[in-house]
Amino acid sequence: MSAGAIAGGRQAGPRTGRVSVLAGLQQSCTLTWRSVLKIKTNSEDLLGLSLQPVMFLLLFTYVFGGAIAHGNVHAYLQYVLPGILVQTVLFATLGTGLMLNQDISAGIFDRFRSLPIARWAPLAGAIMGDVARYVISVVVTLGFGIVLGFRVTTNPFGAIAGCALVLAFALAMCWVSALIGLLVKTPQGVQVFGFTAMFPLVFASGVLVPVVTMPGWLQAFAKANPMTLLADACRGLMVAHSGPVAVPALEAMAWALGILLVFAPIAVRVYRSKT
Amino acid sequence: MNDEAISADSLVKSFGKTKALAGTSFSARTGTVLGLLGPNGAGKTTAVRILSTLLQPDGGHASVAGYDVVKDATTVRQLVGLTGQYASVDDGLTGTNNLVMIGRLLGQSRQTARARAAELLARFDLTEAAGRPVKTYSGGMRRRIDLAASLVGHPQVLFLDEPTTGLDPSARSDVWDMIRELTADGVTVLLTTQYLDEADQLADDITVVDHGQVIAAGTPDDLKAKVGGQVLEVSPADPGQLAVVSELLARWTGSTPVPDGAGRQVSAQVLSAAVLPQIVRALDEQQVELAEFSLRKSSLDEVFLTLTGHNAEPTAADLSMQAARR
Repeated sequence: MSAGAIAGGRQAGPRTGRVSVLAGLQQSCTLTWRSVLKIKTNSEDLLGLSLQPVMFLLLFTYVFGGAIAHGNVHAYLQYVLPGILVQTVLFATLGTGLMLNQDISAGIFDRFRSLPIARWAPLAGAIMGDVARYVISVVVTLGFGIVLGFRVTTNPFGAIAGCALVLAFALAMCWVSALIGLLVKTPQGVQVFGFTAMFPLVFASGVLVPVVTMPGWLQAFAKANPMTLLADACRGLMVAHSGPVAVPALEAMAWALGILLVFAPIAVRVYRSKT
Repeated sequence: MNDEAISADSLVKSFGKTKALAGTSFSARTGTVLGLLGPNGAGKTTAVRILSTLLQPDGGHASVAGYDVVKDATTVRQLVGLTGQYASVDDGLTGTNNLVMIGRLLGQSRQTARARAAELLARFDLTEAAGRPVKTYSGGMRRRIDLAASLVGHPQVLFLDEPTTGLDPSARSDVWDMIRELTADGVTVLLTTQYLDEADQLADDITVVDHGQVIAAGTPDDLKAKVGGQVLEVSPADPGQLAVVSELLARWTGSTPVPDGAGRQVSAQVLSAAVLPQIVRALDEQQVELAEFSLRKSSLDEVFLTLTGHNAEPTAADLSMQAARR
């Protein structure tokens, strides 16, 4: 084969002007495909995504369940599973920042930036690809919960709505993760910052225990904590007579929207200015 | 058709207090290889990043195939391919998937992207490894897939930023062969390197940069001629007479003779070949029997030393620093 066949062959002249939104969406889809492929090939990530919820479910149900629910492990499982769902997906959003950070330090983002594609496509592709990871977390958590004896006592639509709520919130939180990934120098740094921010959010909330058992000052924080609102809404949607749905659901979505509106533009700006 | 495929005009770029480029200008004619030569930190990579639209200059202008790299960045991105220490492929994907992904991003159909990927993998001798994640590749294979990745879109202009740094000699000469084949097709290449022999082997024109400034430019022969012209190497049959030879060379050439490591040969810069008969006569008068007496062009190493006052090849300390960074 001649060198001409390798390098030559460009027929049309270059397009001028900006990349169209449609082309940008196609490019985002290609990059989503890449993220999903990476989940398949990165067995450690896949293992982490599935083992973590299994571990948390086992530990919380059987270690703390008896103490918290006065010996009624099943009652606690009904309480905690929606919470674990929220927690698992929140932890999974850390992957967004991790992958962005790795892409930048490995030079893959510079490759993307040297291509004639929309500037926002790599970011959009990474986040759309992460939805697949979140769905895996949700399915594993719910599936293993059912194996342990969790039952949806409302109806299937309630369960689906609960999962959708959690996913929607994750799509907002992943922008926070993306921002951390853009600002921090190493993947280890992303983990340190990410977990430091996430642990108080998860534990000082109604995710794992009822808020009423906490001291007053902590209750104030926990009640406003979006994790509490999200877990309450999800619980209400999946477990009958566990509490109101509409109010916490709306409040949780308000939080999600607020987080999205604040962090997405900052992350996009930091991403664009990254050299 | 614009005759200048690459043009950089008085580029200025600072990072904090460090001035990476201080008014750097150079250009490459269509279909030629321009070697951008300089030590670590000379500003080579910064120049490539500006030309490939990854970085905006603080001052000056640059264009590729006549398109401004700032104003027409999207157009420039369609015309260039980039291979470097930074613009990399995805470790976690297979060779095929990396190339297909880039093809799709460039707007190729699925079939075209697959065909192009297979074609490039075959050309770069990676067909067997095509289905393996890139993280399992050796250093030389990795560089080849990087090079293949930059060719997916049929670029007119190729930026190769230190394409052989860290490769063993045989992998290095493979990459050289590939670059030669590409240029045979009319692709314009900007090659940065800190290896003088690489620039000498591949480049039609060389621009030498140091501390963000162009300190010399011309063809490899121009540059060699510019500095001391030629080098006279003399080996006496009896190594004991080395001192005598050295003294004679110093007197007739006016330069400082340099003995080789083995103590068998002395070499000296010669500005004019006219002094050669006199040197031969003087050696004869001193009854020095010669084993070798030869005139050659200065190597680029000597050129670089003369121009910058320091060696071009990285020192052991530089290399270990690079290794630590990886």
